[in-house]
Amino acid sequence: MSFYRAHVLVCAGTNCALKGSQAVRERLVSELEGRGLGAEVKVVETGCFGLCEEGPTVVVYPEGVLYCRVTPDDVPELVEEHLLKGRRLERLIYRQPVEKAVQTVPQMDFFRGQVRVVLRNCGVIDPESIEEYIAQGGYQALGKALTEMTPADVVAELKASGLRGRGGAGFPTGLKWEFAARAKGDVKYVVCNADEGEPGTFKDRLILEGDPHSVIEGMTIAAYAVGAKKGYVYIRGEYALSIERLETALKQARKMGLLGRDIFGSGLEFDIEVRVGAGAYVCGEETALFESLEGGRGEPRLKPPYPTDVGLFGKPTVINNVETLANVAPIISHGAKWYRTLGTEGSPGTKVFTLTGDIVNEGLIEVPMGITLREVIYGIGGGIPEGRGFKMAQTGGTSGGCLPAELLDVPMDYDELAKVGSALGSGALLIMDDTHCIVDIARVFSRFFEHESCGKCVPCREGTMRLHEIMTRITTGEATPKDIENLEALARTMAAACLCPLGQAAPVPVMTTFKYFREEYDAHIKEKRCPTGTCRALASPAVSLAAGKGV
Amino acid sequence: MAREVKKAVDTALVDKIVAKHRTREGALLPVLREVQDSLGYLPQEALERVALGLGLSLSRVYGVATFYSLFYTRPKGRYMVRVCESAPCHVQGAQEVIDALIRELGVSFGETTPDGRFTLEKVSCLGVCGVAPAVMIEDRVYGNLTPESVVAVIQEYR
Ligand SMILES: Cc1cc2nc3c(=O)[nH]c(=O)nc-3n(C[C@H](O)[C@H](O)[C@H](O)COP(=O)(O)O)c2cc1C
Ligand code: FES
Repeated sequence: MSFYRAHVLVCAGTNCALKGSQAVRERLVSELEGRGLGAEVKVVETGCFGLCEEGPTVVVYPEGVLYCRVTPDDVPELVEEHLLKGRRLERLIYRQPVEKAVQTVPQMDFFRGQVRVVLRNCGVIDPESIEEYIAQGGYQALGKALTEMTPADVVAELKASGLRGRGGAGFPTGLKWEFAARAKGDVKYVVCNADEGEPGTFKDRLILEGDPHSVIEGMTIAAYAVGAKKGYVYIRGEYALSIERLETALKQARKMGLLGRDIFGSGLEFDIEVRVGAGAYVCGEETALFESLEGGRGEPRLKPPYPTDVGLFGKPTVINNVETLANVAPIISHGAKWYRTLGTEGSPGTKVFTLTGDIVNEGLIEVPMGITLREVIYGIGGGIPEGRGFKMAQTGGTSGGCLPAELLDVPMDYDELAKVGSALGSGALLIMDDTHCIVDIARVFSRFFEHESCGKCVPCREGTMRLHEIMTRITTGEATPKDIENLEALARTMAAACLCPLGQAAPVPVMTTFKYFREEYDAHIKEKRCPTGTCRALASPAVSLAAGKGV
Repeated sequence: MAREVKKAVDTALVDKIVAKHRTREGALLPVLREVQDSLGYLPQEALERVALGLGLSLSRVYGVATFYSLFYTRPKGRYMVRVCESAPCHVQGAQEVIDALIRELGVSFGETTPDGRFTLEKVSCLGVCGVAPAVMIEDRVYGNLTPESVVAVIQEYR
């Protein structure tokens, strides 16, 4: 292998690719060749780095200098200055919002406070190279599991680590594996849930784009633990790049004998097939996902029986989220005790969050569980753009709750967020500033559920429709106080009667906005006024006056 | 990858696709995907052929084809324009982008332009919220859109 004095990492994640990172990479290669640096400096395509707002991003190692918003036209100067003369190109260096000029990766506020377990290789290695994954310690955990541990040891380690499912429900992973391991039957499956449909969530896409082998390794360890020979990754149809990278990684792993018959000479047989979804949010729900994989309509099944007894094709099945599986190899390599040094007692480890909405650093971060919303928003997130005021943060995606400024210091883990009526969910964080209307955004949440209800059970099919109708009436000034009573009754009915958590959770976001921002609802309903001027039907004074008379 | 709308269904082609996947468990979705990729949408005749080939009832095949938002049982325009209307995009100004799209294309959701070039569709989160608001045209994602830039994007496809 040749030795390079410098590496230039170009982000090839979707977000940066959209902003033209491919052209930047091509220009870099030709520029380096042109100056005879081709043998000294290596250009590497990596997965997402997290700073999507600032893309395309380029990092030059060994110094770790981060350049942002790089265009192909910047490349000659970058090569000339940094790689030829060894000087940093100041004008492209990432600057923190507060105007502290910062240069290297570990010094930045954006990375300080982050702990990268799941994202350990994202933005660091070339996701299309199994050699680089292995060079970072990849597949060592699988080797350790197969040669030094029994399946029961693996399950015990996972249980001791306290890892909980990152797909939303937070079920203890070790326990799930134990149930599946104990279930009767010689055909069992491991399924990776990569359907990622929760609005505001794009972590699984970036994990698969940036480090597909970490998921394959996690699945193979799961297969060993529970005794499965076949695995599926169910991935949403829009994620073309993830699908491509995953397929490449699977081929490489098969070629190296890390999948297939007799893995590592241990006698373990396991292989993975990719199945592509066809566009239905509800298919992220595990039993609906099985229905879809089996070739049917993606409608949830009644539980119990649980998937660990009767899952895919009626067989015992372990189903885990992408991020959950990416946690497995580090736990096996470093041990449960190490894992528990991160995070909180009830929610050990880290969590990957996607920051969206009115926040300076939109993108992907990984932090220890238990960090407060305030630290995430004002520390790593860089605060609200243009110094506007914070209004609310929705945790857990569109199925999660909306929290006001008073709750900015709530620690983010499964249990603490549940106490304030919200959820950690998928790790989506939507930040909204005070120029937006809370009722309007609640209407958008309800529209989502109406659109995505699968229609199998009546309380959900009808309930989500009524919910959206009421919310629309409030934002157009046609609601009466009676609507609020109906809203509350509807929320109770749906929580109790819907078949799956989609319908059960549908009223949650709306009801939290109602709980924490009651005055704004009153303004819409009683005064026919939208305080922020967002709701178009109430925006002009003439309309609100006329409507006001009618009450 | 633009969809071509063909007149008569090439049943031999459908049979070939069915044959390729028949032995897989849960073959129906991969088959429908590939048939749609070749034909542009899923015409009734093709669904009948798939049902026959896989030994399933037509109602089951039809039920599946109509369940998923990425399957189309009616002909669509050459380019599918799918605009995200979920909360993160909404907060970043998706409504203005949607208004601009409707104005530019002169059709509303679910409709195809008279020249058969574009079909406009609203969708839930596309998983690219880091660059909200976002639109997907066929396989390509466009992000950080404004009412002006989305019109420029459409122009590229005219
Ligand atoms: C409506 C609905 C949508 C869901 N979508 C997803 C999803 O996109 N990805 C995911 O991993 N889990 C999703 N889940 C959770 C899964 O049902 C399941 O709990 C998860 O895949 C288990 O893996 P974990 O224990 O590793 O989290 C969804 C659940 C519901 C009710
Ligand atoms: S909310 Fe629009 S892409 Fe995610």
